[in-house]
Amino acid sequence: MSQTMLDDSAAFDADAEAARHLALQERRGRISMILRYAVLTAVGVLMLYPLIWLIGASFKNNAEIFASPGFIPKDPTLSGYVKGWETSTPYTFGRFFWNTFLIIAPKVIFTVISCAAVAYGFARFQFPGKRILFASLIATLLLPNVVTRIPQYLLFSEMGWLDSYLPLWVPSAFAGDAFFVFMLVQFLRSIPPDMEEAARVDGAKSWQVLIFIVAPMLTPALISVALFQFMWTMNDFLGPLIYLSSVEKFPVSLALKLSIDTSEAFDWNRILAMSVLALAPSLVVFFMAQKYFIEGISAGGVKG
Amino acid sequence: MAQLSIRNLEKIYGGGFKAVHGVDLEVADGEFMVLVGPSGCAKSTTLRMIAGLETISGGHISIGGKVVNNLAPGDRGIAMVFQNYALYPHMKVRKNLSFGLRLAGEKKAEIERRVAEVAEVLEIGPLLDRLPKQLSGGQAQRVALGRALIKKPEVFLFDEPLSNLDAKLRASMRVRITELHRRLKAQGRSSTVVYVTHDQVEAMTMGDRICVMKEGRIMQVADPATLYERPENLFVAGFIGMPEMNLVEAELERGPEGHALRFGDQVLRLGPEQNARIAADAPKAVTLGLRPQHFRLAEPNDPEALAAQVGKVDFLGHEVDAHVTIGGAKFTVVLPVELFREAAQGGTIRLRADENRVHIFDRASGANVSLA
Ligand SMILES: Nc1ncnc2c1ncn2[C@@H]1O[C@H](COP(=O)(O)OP(=O)(O)OP(=O)(O)O)[C@@H](O)[C@H]1O
Ligand SMILES: [Mg+2]
Repeated sequence: MSQTMLDDSAAFDADAEAARHLALQERRGRISMILRYAVLTAVGVLMLYPLIWLIGASFKNNAEIFASPGFIPKDPTLSGYVKGWETSTPYTFGRFFWNTFLIIAPKVIFTVISCAAVAYGFARFQFPGKRILFASLIATLLLPNVVTRIPQYLLFSEMGWLDSYLPLWVPSAFAGDAFFVFMLVQFLRSIPPDMEEAARVDGAKSWQVLIFIVAPMLTPALISVALFQFMWTMNDFLGPLIYLSSVEKFPVSLALKLSIDTSEAFDWNRILAMSVLALAPSLVVFFMAQKYFIEGISAGGVKG
Repeated sequence: MAQLSIRNLEKIYGGGFKAVHGVDLEVADGEFMVLVGPSGCAKSTTLRMIAGLETISGGHISIGGKVVNNLAPGDRGIAMVFQNYALYPHMKVRKNLSFGLRLAGEKKAEIERRVAEVAEVLEIGPLLDRLPKQLSGGQAQRVALGRALIKKPEVFLFDEPLSNLDAKLRASMRVRITELHRRLKAQGRSSTVVYVTHDQVEAMTMGDRICVMKEGRIMQVADPATLYERPENLFVAGFIGMPEMNLVEAELERGPEGHALRFGDQVLRLGPEQNARIAADAPKAVTLGLRPQHFRLAEPNDPEALAAQVGKVDFLGHEVDAHVTIGGAKFTVVLPVELFREAAQGGTIRLRADENRVHIFDRASGANVSLA
């Protein structure tokens, strides 16, 4: 009897001790978490500050922009957006956004299709000269872009494609972006070929395997490719600058520069306002696609 | 009619590695043929060449009398079940099943009818609208089986379809596949099967015939009983049977009353049946093979009894696997638990081998010389 009581109280002590430990650990954990997040938030704000300032300043009037370093406008105004949208050219900014879209949409579509097909070929087929071809593909990755600019320009000018979107579109239709091909090949290598073999046994031809089996499994990677291509093209300044000469064909990136060139006294709030608008599509598209970025569709097809 | 015939099949991989060395195999219409062998013996390679997933370096394969060497997998009249199921991850079960039919341009009503039929046979009706990642291993394997079945192929190919399942599920799937095969055969449908496994229980229980392979060569093709009772060589003898057959180096001696095997300080006299089977040109240097199950406890004053020191004993419930030493050679013997307990008091037991089931192999060539 007394023995059990002793045992009980000992057990009780042990429980209390454990509870004390837990409380202590929890408190320590919470403090370190608060510290961690404080530091991370501070660094995050620091990095984002230029962007925050940009957005704030786009609502300021011209006089205020350089007067105060803060980002909250004293008396917010939309005049930057209104005037900026009109531009100093015969076209509104809407026209330039449309032009950008005209460049991006085909380019993204061509890139996704051509890179998927080329990557599939490299990842899944044996053919003579494959190693050399793949090596030269990778070599173009290492080549600085500038090196190819001049021969490319001469080539496209010979073909009479200057001042059209063709020089911007066509390379992407032939898997011109080695980086994407490389990325997709790596992704494909991580997917076991069994599903494709099953499809072949089911009677699918190579192109059917590509469309019905490989492409769906590649979806997360293809979305990444589309996203990167979208953002890079959106931000591309040099390409359009070299090949486009008439203002009516300018994309947003050139149009922004245009407004700096033409106004004698820079209306900075107009430029900032249009910069904010120019950023918007990339941000929107990125957040919309984020989910697919993370989600891996291929999980679950093969159980190990 | 869908007999499968393989003639002098060879496979040389890209790096120059020869994986298959002239394999000849005939699988009759409706036969369940199991390819079995240790890892790396080219079972999968052979199967994949039949399927058309691997190029053929030499020889030819014909299905239903038609050489298929240069046909695409989809045109060979085969269906395949993969080890890791290989279901299309982005398609619901229903679409997985019907993919092949849809590619072939089958009519919608017919597709639905066949999906329903297969779903019923395999009890996957409730799973039709799930994605592969929402299935358990056993369910996924049934769907994979369904995907093969729905095509009504001439030849079914299986590559270790059960090796990702746990032991219980494996046993029930074994039965299911065997029954399915029997049912197809009874319905008069094509049901030729080539089934790859490295599991000899699967091989013995499922196969009408078994093809034992080693390093890209066929060691023996026979029905399970023949394979067990009359292994043609050392490899097959050691590979088939659990626990493994005891293989001990011995001298074959010819005496006036027949043959005897001498190993260590022991002599094993062969029974009359076995004596008759020994080839006339059998060499002196042999390996004797005796299955662990072919020992029994000797009568108390049996002059032929073998004295065995008992080493480690594996208790299996109804019987024991006892590791013993007889005349300096190690043997495994399987004995009933009670008898063994009684007999093994002193650390030694007296055993009697079944003299008519001793196998004798030529030590140099490995061939069984006691099959005549
Ligand atoms: N693509 C390949 N290139 C070169 N050699 C290969 C290739 N695939 C298989 N091999 C070799 O061919 C031999 C047979 O391989 P295979 O996959 O057919 O064996 P297996 O009998 O199916 O073995 P397991 O039971 O492990 O599946 C092995 O030695 C293997 O290393
Ligand atoms: Mg294999």
